[in-house]
Amino acid sequence: MPDYNLSHLDQLEAEAIYVLRETAAQFRKPALLFSGGKDSILMAHLARKAFWPAKVPFPLVHIDTGHNFPETITYRDEYVANLGAELVVGLVQDSIDSGRVVEEKGINASRNKLQTVTLLDTIEANQYDACLGGGRRDEEKARAKERFFSHRDEFGQWDPKNQRPELWNLFNGRKHEGEHFRVFPLSNFTEMDVWLYIQREGIPLPSLYFSHEREVFLRGGSLLAVTDFVTVQPGEAVEKKVVRFRTIGDATCTGAVESAAGTLDAIIDEVAAARQTERGTRSDDKRSETAMEDRKREGYF
Amino acid sequence: MDILRFTTAGSVDDGKSTLIGRLLYDSKSIFEDQMAAMEESSKRRGDAVVNLALLTDGLKAEREQGITIDVAYRYFATPKRKFIIADTPGHIQYTRNMVTGASTANLAIILVDARKGVIEQTKRHSFIADLLRIQHVVVAVNKMDLVGYDEAVYNRIVEDYKAFASRLDNLIDITAIPISALNGDNVVDKSNAMPWYQGPSLLYHLETVYVGGEHNHVDARFPVQWVIRPLSNEWHDFRGYAGRVAGGVFKPGDDVTVLPSGFTTKVREIHTAEGLLEETFAPQSVTMTLATEIDISRGDMIVKANNPPAVTQEIEAMVCWFSQTPMAARGKYILRHTTRETQAVIRDVRYMVDINTLHKVEGVSSLAMNDIGRLALRTAVPLIHDSYRRNRITGSFILIHPGTNETVGAGMIL
Repeated sequence: MPDYNLSHLDQLEAEAIYVLRETAAQFRKPALLFSGGKDSILMAHLARKAFWPAKVPFPLVHIDTGHNFPETITYRDEYVANLGAELVVGLVQDSIDSGRVVEEKGINASRNKLQTVTLLDTIEANQYDACLGGGRRDEEKARAKERFFSHRDEFGQWDPKNQRPELWNLFNGRKHEGEHFRVFPLSNFTEMDVWLYIQREGIPLPSLYFSHEREVFLRGGSLLAVTDFVTVQPGEAVEKKVVRFRTIGDATCTGAVESAAGTLDAIIDEVAAARQTERGTRSDDKRSETAMEDRKREGYF
Repeated sequence: MDILRFTTAGSVDDGKSTLIGRLLYDSKSIFEDQMAAMEESSKRRGDAVVNLALLTDGLKAEREQGITIDVAYRYFATPKRKFIIADTPGHIQYTRNMVTGASTANLAIILVDARKGVIEQTKRHSFIADLLRIQHVVVAVNKMDLVGYDEAVYNRIVEDYKAFASRLDNLIDITAIPISALNGDNVVDKSNAMPWYQGPSLLYHLETVYVGGEHNHVDARFPVQWVIRPLSNEWHDFRGYAGRVAGGVFKPGDDVTVLPSGFTTKVREIHTAEGLLEETFAPQSVTMTLATEIDISRGDMIVKANNPPAVTQEIEAMVCWFSQTPMAARGKYILRHTTRETQAVIRDVRYMVDINTLHKVEGVSSLAMNDIGRLALRTAVPLIHDSYRRNRITGSFILIHPGTNETVGAGMIL
């Protein structure tokens, strides 16, 4: 008998496609959360495959803090146009203007936490009952306990101690009115798997992931980029450095790493040799020991 | 490179966290910032050494109480393989977590403390691994350093274990390895302290154990997940059935039957976004077109005409109960099986298994949380199924409470 074995990337792909199709089948109105980061790009790529030759049967939703790197928005608009999908944008600025949230104060002010309110408002306004997210279990210790189909109550809250057990490939998406689900098709991908898969599939990425020269300064152990959204404090030295980003999020809390990796091959070598986790550059995770769990409980991505 | 999914069973006292920590640390899967965060947390908690359990016990409540609540998934890779660890707590009240972790595992590591030998907990973990049909079991006899690396102690434990395992049905491949997780003996590298042991180190075994036989490649099964109708000019008449192959091999031209309707036709093409395939097998996700137009929807199953599964409303199954609310005698639940959802009524509890003695307890009318028993169920529509022994995908189901929507039970069809 021939050897019917799949490579690890083929197995991960087949699993993610299965989860994407389960989401389309079990929910009335799903949406795919698209940040312009590599994980959500990969997820959208898999969604195209899952429903081909039909179009992706749900919109892409971007929760926009307004504090983006401009490269992300350029990339987003081109990518969505190529995919032929609908784009829905939820603006954190709207939540601020309507008084739903109050902008943080101080030098480390970030809109990262405010996104949760905009996200939940966008979900409610559009009546989405499932939101696909690019979260992976290897990213962070609270995510290590996350399910593929993760229940959220009517306030959008996650109850990590009371999660539904998930066995075999049987996903329970049943819910009461007003509740919704977060679905994570990439749960079993690691950072390395994501890069290897992007390389194999030849998926174009925003230029931020590749090394480039940029003005940066050191704050709280992270190399932050000089943008309109952060104020450099006296004593903080701005330098030009050759850097790239391992994750892409809000410009106020996403740190760069010094790197000369300008190609996917070089990035993969760098990831293989890395001694810091990719979220080590994220100051939003460093606010407390359980910062991710705390935000996720409130309804964060 | 392929994937090995394994589960680890044992309590904190058996050195399970230490073992996982060592596998991750020695394969360079613990990062400096994670190590620094763990060191800081350990110091704050007053632990004498760095507490590797803090790596997997990520939830606030777990860190406060020093317990593991749930299944945590950890990842590492060597140049040979990617590994997914389902790390589950070993205490008796967490049977349901071990069942969950075991449901997707190819291999189980069962930790035995060399000073204590085979105890009730070892038997319980082995019974669950066997029930969930994990093909490979590694009995890791840990803390060999505390018994002077004594070959006689190890041999006695292995004999005890094999005597017990002969009472189990399914365990196919049992490998025993003497280790010291704390000192790293036989974990990644062969130990110099036990020259009498001729076998592989634990990691070498994990890297090389054969997992190709995990899926059934004999009985062709394709549960339809989603119907793809592009309705575009280019794909005007395209009607494809999307799903993940649950068993066997399908090729264009194969004679197939669609269940439950029983119509027969042929496979026309097997589509992926990259193009057509000449054959497809488990666990690939593909889209099939058929030679004739038949009314097919989600929950139907495409099978080879000469090799059909059972189609019945009466099911006998081993069920593990998950909910704090005990099973209602003659209760009605929602049953989810492959891509199909239906109602099921519990007709009878044939017996409950005492998982410490493996004895059957008869005359029971209900199951409580963490109980495992054999049930007779009747479903509202026929289930298109195989026995769990034959196919893990078409032989498994979950039970959902219709009021709370919680997953309350997991079943393996006999």
